[in-house]
Amino acid sequence: MPEIFERRSRESHGEWVITRLIQTAGYSSIFFVLMILYFLLANGLPVMKDVSLSNLFSTVWYPIEEYYGILPLILGSLVVTLGAALIGVPLGILTAVYISEIAPQWVKEALKPLIEILAGIPSVVLGFLGAIVLSPFLRESLNLPTGLTALTGSILLGAIAIPTIVSISEDALNTVPRAYREAALALGTTRWQTIWGVTVPAARSGILMAIMLGIGRSIGETMTVMMVTGNAPVMPDSLGALFAPIRTMTATIASEMGEVSGGSPHYHVLFFIGIVLFLITLGVNVMASRIAFRQRKRSERVLS
Amino acid sequence: MMKYLLTISLILLLAACGPAGGEETSSSPSIYIENKGSDTLVNLALAWTERYQSMHPEVRLSVTGGGSGTGIAALMNNTVDIANASRKIKQEEIDMATSNGFIPIEFIVARDAIGIIVNHENPVNQLTMQQLADIFTGRIDNWAEVGGNDLQIVRVSRETNSGTHVYFLEVVIRLGSSESMDIFARDTLLLPSSEGIIAEVRDNPHAIGYDGLGYITDEVKVIAIAMDDQSAYILPSVETVNEGSYPIARDLYMYTPGEPPAPVKDYITWILSPAGQELVRELGFVPITP
Repeated sequence: MPEIFERRSRESHGEWVITRLIQTAGYSSIFFVLMILYFLLANGLPVMKDVSLSNLFSTVWYPIEEYYGILPLILGSLVVTLGAALIGVPLGILTAVYISEIAPQWVKEALKPLIEILAGIPSVVLGFLGAIVLSPFLRESLNLPTGLTALTGSILLGAIAIPTIVSISEDALNTVPRAYREAALALGTTRWQTIWGVTVPAARSGILMAIMLGIGRSIGETMTVMMVTGNAPVMPDSLGALFAPIRTMTATIASEMGEVSGGSPHYHVLFFIGIVLFLITLGVNVMASRIAFRQRKRSERVLS
Repeated sequence: MMKYLLTISLILLLAACGPAGGEETSSSPSIYIENKGSDTLVNLALAWTERYQSMHPEVRLSVTGGGSGTGIAALMNNTVDIANASRKIKQEEIDMATSNGFIPIEFIVARDAIGIIVNHENPVNQLTMQQLADIFTGRIDNWAEVGGNDLQIVRVSRETNSGTHVYFLEVVIRLGSSESMDIFARDTLLLPSSEGIIAEVRDNPHAIGYDGLGYITDEVKVIAIAMDDQSAYILPSVETVNEGSYPIARDLYMYTPGEPPAPVKDYITWILSPAGQELVRELGFVPITP
């Protein structure tokens, strides 16, 4: 009896250590995020003192002459990301549907690792391909003045977002119970009607989350867009901006951070852009997790 | 065996402690010089470094690029021994350095001309400074206005952290006037490297760009430039830059934080000697002693 007691106490002692370790690891990631946020705010908010709001939210970005208008950069990022979504979302979802619902086993087994390889290509390699192959091709085939456009960036970012969208959507489709499909087929629907009317809607929230994460991935991408979008801080005014050069927030931070002297207005503005980028990414992630949360609540309702 | 090893290490130790200034100089470097800044100067700085190190094995030089702004920022933070710059240091930068306790010392180490480049398919061969300014500010937007084909002009430039960019802004876009507030047309492509500029101009008949003479290859066409429509159109070359007839040429600088210590001073003195300037000529820049 005392032996057992002793062992149990030793076990619980070990358990205590492990629990604390795991706890520390868990809390440390929160701590790091908070530190990053603090660092961003501490370096970005002084911009309010250095630069007037009318300058900060104007449409001219030319920092060496103290034009700090960040609107063209924000909209530039949004245009490229929107383009990437238009390209990546349909392709990604259709690929996921094909892999999960239609493809024969051997195609499935070949496609899934290939898509994972696509996820592993370094973005600078994609950027290089974009600058050497895609941009001259787009200039000639669309008869544009230059191939370094938002569209070039969008296509490459679409390619970067696709693996994320495919693998998460495919997981979502796989969790749809087999009984749903069988019931639909039993009612006499075709395969297409089953996919479009039953399976995809049932996996809707997972697919939405895949889209959000894919978009989040592409808005933060830096190297590729810096190499292929021309980096001209033009204010995008219509959808035609997709076919013209733009400058994104990420490319601006990356190419200008090396030059600024610490504490100058330009330095603070770059950090302020970092804050804006952080908030946008946070917004996308919060939306994604709310979708997941709503789904859980609904399934709980159904089960009860 | 042990004894043998011990003897050898003793001999080595004694050799290392040998009289200073002896015939044998230690082959491991003992002096480190950090050199950073202008991308225009980086290849030249590397060539100088290589040649100088082969003559002075005790000196180890490390050269990095990043742009003139990067070099001068490092100078102000006192983290380099020599900052390379393709533009003159600004007054506010001198003030910042002074407030950090030293005055930057300037050395003109070479000259550079900026060539204006277009695609080989472009029939335009010459431009005046005024036309060039109008093109890059966006007042001229079609090649037909300067005698070319009916094509929209695509302007290509280095990023704003490049000394070449700032120089071009002052000398071409503002034509040297300090009152002018003109800036690059907003749709000017800002590319992160010289190679990117050459590639875009090589492939695109719409494009016009500029780059340091040392970076321009045969893949693009160089345009002859005239000060105004009364003057002759001049192509950039060592001769035209040294004569002062080519209008877009500039000095290249090295800055040290305060009076340089002896090894750094020796290095810069060597750069300014005919041996150092020979390398300037070899790399396509213009030597300061004609």
